[in-house]
Amino acid sequence: MKTWLKILAVVLLFYVHIGGMLVEVPRLNILNETIRALYFHVPMWFGMVLLFLLSVYYSIRYLRNPVPENDYKAVEYANVGLVLGILGMLTGMLWANYAWGSPWHGDPKQNGAAIALLVYLAYFVLRGSIENEEQKGRLSAVYNIFAFAAMVPLIFIIPRMTSSMHPGNGGNPAFNMYDLDSKMRLIFYPAVVGWFLIGMWIVALRVRIRVVEEKIVEIENEKTY
Amino acid sequence: MKRLTSSILSFLIVLGSFATQAQSDVEMADGMRAEGKIYVVVAIILIILTGLIAYLVILDRKVTKLEKLVSGKNK
Repeated sequence: MKTWLKILAVVLLFYVHIGGMLVEVPRLNILNETIRALYFHVPMWFGMVLLFLLSVYYSIRYLRNPVPENDYKAVEYANVGLVLGILGMLTGMLWANYAWGSPWHGDPKQNGAAIALLVYLAYFVLRGSIENEEQKGRLSAVYNIFAFAAMVPLIFIIPRMTSSMHPGNGGNPAFNMYDLDSKMRLIFYPAVVGWFLIGMWIVALRVRIRVVEEKIVEIENEKTY
Repeated sequence: MKRLTSSILSFLIVLGSFATQAQSDVEMADGMRAEGKIYVVVAIILIILTGLIAYLVILDRKVTKLEKLVSGKNK
């Protein structure tokens, strides 16, 4: 990953954490100051979806050209995406406790997100259960495509078709309700980019560690001959 | 000219006070902001953010070292 992207990520996150606390937000009943959680909770999910999208991209590339690098990237993008998803779930539960009255409301958005996370957890279970590297890569790449195809309707479509209390779903507006003059977007979108870039950075590190691991194994094998 | 600018200014001030009056019935942490204690919260968050990013940078350097070590042994 390029150094300027890392610096951009850090600068954006500093901007978001200062601006997210200090810049004026719309005064709304029930939400009150918790509206600021939008700057931190929603970017987790946006980041997760973007990382999962890249994971699928590398899975498809692996199926077309089965080199280990594509497989490593697919796994690590899914791995970091899942971490962001879990953080999004936990922050959402905390927020729901105050905005909706209980941490788990059985809201279609919450249920859908939980099922999507479980689908992705199964991806790692599948990988762990196959010994042969090529078979593992191929099967998990196919499953990854299915997982992404399942996540999109679970998070984006079903909650919009039924009644959901989550903003942006079931007839509820998202930004239109909160945001009177697009001021919140000025902090929200940089937050999405910042966290996505931090995710990419961690992915790059994890892929590099895998490559080093692979090289060490190679060196060890050469020694034994 | 001076009168014009002062009248525009006063108009803006009046407009601003109307805007705050219309919104101030919803309870927000205005007291915390007025006392400046919100800066304590911001500082704490920034310390954690800085710490985590520094940790990430150190990890990055460590991996670079390992890569050099492994590629050196391979030759």
